[in-house]
Amino acid sequence: MSTIHILEERQRQIYQKGKQPFDMICDKVSIAGSVSQRACVFCGSRVVLYPIADALHLVHGPIGCAAYTWDIRGALSSGPQLHRLSFSTDLTETDVIFGGETKLYKALTQLIDEHNPKAAFVYSTCIVGLIGDDVTSVCKKVAKEKGIPVLPVHSEGFKGTKKDGYKAACDALFELIGKGPVDHISPYSINILGEFNIGGEAWIIRDYYERMGIEVVSVMTGDGRVDDAGKSHGAKLNVVQCSGSMTHLALAMEKKYKIPFIRVSYFGIEDMAQALYDTAAHFKENPAIMKNTRELVREEISGMYPQLKKYRTDLEGKKAAIYVGGAFKAFSLIKALKHLGMTTVLVGSQTGSKDDYEILRQMCDEGTVIVDDANPVELSKYLIEKDADLFIGGVKERPIAYKLGVGFCDHNHERKIPLAGFVGMLNFAKEVHATVTSPVWQLTPRRERSY
Amino acid sequence: MLFRHTTNKVADRKALNVNPAKTCQPIGAMYAALGIHGCLPHSHGSQGCCAYHRSTLTRHYKEPVMAGTSSFTEGASVFGGQANLVQAIDNIFTIYDPVVVAVHTTCLSETIGDDITQITAKAKESGKIPEGRYVFHASTPSYVGSHVTGFSSMTKAMVDHFAEKSGKKRRQVNIIPGYVEPSDMEEIKRIAKLMKVPCVVFPDTSNVLNGPQTGKYEMFPRGGVTIEELKTTGDSLGTLGLGKLASGPAARALDTKCKVACQVLDLPIGLKATDRFVDALRNMAGVNVSDDINIERGKLLDVITDMHQYFFGKKVALIGDPDQLISLTEFLVSVDMWPIHIVTGTPGKKFEKRIREITEDIPVPVNVKAGGDMFMWHQWIKNDPVDLMMGNTYVKYISRDEDIPFVRFGFPILDRIGHSYFPTVGYRGGLRILEKILDVLLDRQDRDSPEESFELVM
Repeated sequence: MSTIHILEERQRQIYQKGKQPFDMICDKVSIAGSVSQRACVFCGSRVVLYPIADALHLVHGPIGCAAYTWDIRGALSSGPQLHRLSFSTDLTETDVIFGGETKLYKALTQLIDEHNPKAAFVYSTCIVGLIGDDVTSVCKKVAKEKGIPVLPVHSEGFKGTKKDGYKAACDALFELIGKGPVDHISPYSINILGEFNIGGEAWIIRDYYERMGIEVVSVMTGDGRVDDAGKSHGAKLNVVQCSGSMTHLALAMEKKYKIPFIRVSYFGIEDMAQALYDTAAHFKENPAIMKNTRELVREEISGMYPQLKKYRTDLEGKKAAIYVGGAFKAFSLIKALKHLGMTTVLVGSQTGSKDDYEILRQMCDEGTVIVDDANPVELSKYLIEKDADLFIGGVKERPIAYKLGVGFCDHNHERKIPLAGFVGMLNFAKEVHATVTSPVWQLTPRRERSY
Repeated sequence: MLFRHTTNKVADRKALNVNPAKTCQPIGAMYAALGIHGCLPHSHGSQGCCAYHRSTLTRHYKEPVMAGTSSFTEGASVFGGQANLVQAIDNIFTIYDPVVVAVHTTCLSETIGDDITQITAKAKESGKIPEGRYVFHASTPSYVGSHVTGFSSMTKAMVDHFAEKSGKKRRQVNIIPGYVEPSDMEEIKRIAKLMKVPCVVFPDTSNVLNGPQTGKYEMFPRGGVTIEELKTTGDSLGTLGLGKLASGPAARALDTKCKVACQVLDLPIGLKATDRFVDALRNMAGVNVSDDINIERGKLLDVITDMHQYFFGKKVALIGDPDQLISLTEFLVSVDMWPIHIVTGTPGKKFEKRIREITEDIPVPVNVKAGGDMFMWHQWIKNDPVDLMMGNTYVKYISRDEDIPFVRFGFPILDRIGHSYFPTVGYRGGLRILEKILDVLLDRQDRDSPEESFELVM
């Protein structure tokens, strides 16, 4: 394990703090042949838009793209569940030869008649980009006939990285905005951007804002609704979570509707409180909001802090490794882990930018390894070398951690317990505590000596 | 009611698949390739394909799943993926050092028209493939067939690329187990061993995707058929291909290429299909059926007779892959159950015909469809309810909405374990299937029976 080969081209995507001058390369396409943990443009678009529960999501392509993304994130809806179904044009050989436009038209019209959605999104996949279907004109035609927005999502898999998929999703979403009435929207109102309600996070966050006296016009896209997005231009501020996915939309809304935006994270005590304070500060003409915010933060923290301290006693000095999609998530995780007395020995992301990695470098201790677009061999090498007690990652990382005998916490699709908000921090602590202190690791070869 | 948007009215849908009962070829090819020892599957396409296949297999097996990707960009899609693949091959052997790289194509590279044979030859010429290492490929366009087709094509590619005929026969039988779980491949090897028949089972994902916790991360676990073993398949006494769709093409290719006679059988799921497998193996190897096998068979038969009263007339809805469904339907019919709604997502007319034959004597109407989807299957169930459903994890939504007992069977199973470790093939596999069916049926009876008829002994 200690003699793994790191490709020359990849050497500048890995950095160990204190060892060399900081000169990380990122934002580059993965090297062909590497076992990357990254996905594609389509994946980016799909995860962003799919929580809109009253829209039809039609995947235009061969069956795989629809099958693999069928409800995999489990985004929660308090109402309609149309997003839980998987719709595909299931392109076959003849369609590839003769074009899939007729099929797309038929599928769309039939589905709209059957399900009466508020809007429809049509996702282009790799093959559509190659055979040259004019998806936009089919969408226009159907929109006109059926009287609902039918939006093409230009998410051909090969046209960039997952980030470009976020952008394509934002472009489609932007088309919905500006359609609804805004007369009754409060001057103290926001849109929550970049929260997907995988485990009910959007509900927690919305509740905080409402308790502060702020109206939440829309959540994009967690527990999302087409009509909410339609009137979202009436909000006075966009509060953007998640580094990559929704900034593009916030920028577009700023340009067209003059809505300013702030970037926040809802994960961890400081970041959560900061998010609420920053939002309150934006509405300083109403001092009651700041007052409410202070009370809310005090109340929430005093409720959970004693319990958090109990977990900390056991976790003090334990070592964590982080590998997540966006680097922004990693910032919050490092801070949250510090609250639990844990240090971060390895941190990496699939899509971080150079600035992101600079921030990470400043946050971490000497010796911490920072990686961009890592592969499993690299990850397992550093997990062992750094003797990590915990690995925080997504679906493909979990079994690697378990094979090595390292505790794991999913910070991606596969979770049902929300980690957002103050209550989320407590959930996080509970989960980390349970896995790190689990007796099962004492049974594994790695820790056998102590058992 | 998470599937509340499913309507009762069954409409003819030609342009549309709702809630698929299949997925695309490459994932089947990737799974098959993992059944070679020291093999790194390689996806020649966009990065997303590879990530999705790895995620899905990881969720199904709870194991790390390794595969490379050519990471297509816009440039590659215009100018072809040759440069990407050659670079990928070079990088893969440099960093990961596999014995063999199994390339499968995707809709993208197929449509561009990349010639993998030529690209691989080029890589070999320019010294990118080290001595004693291999690169081979299967053509698996996502817009043809299904994941089963992909598995089948990759398995056939193993024969095309590796099988050799030395002229000297070996006393061994080739068994192509079909698109089944690692546990099933293990079971097939165990049965052959009990019958004292030396065999080469390929692909063989046992100890690759159901490996032990060792405290180490091994990129190439110890399981899998070796290249040396694959080479010898051309000298075997014969080949048994289990499952017409998944194993037929590879079995026939061996016959054509090396004149190894083949027999293509149904997957050995259930009493009768296992009988046929055991009998074919006995004939081919010229051995007697050992007592151990007879005893296992007798135990399955014993459970069938002991519990037959609970099977009689129970309506069942099945959804899954063709090879599995054919044998499973036969098994259920043989214990007096009534499979009435049978859907596979994989296209193919023969399937419907075969199921019709098997279900001929069922005294109620039977719906069967190849190339169908789960939405339609659900509609059928709404219109003609059943006592039991069998299918992959997605069926759980329907089970909950309609309050119908459900046994997980097929791919993917994302929410339970067991399929990796306990087979459904062979006589023991039959026992496991019946145990699972009885568990949910009798649990239901216990749940629903009024106090006065609540039974202790069943």
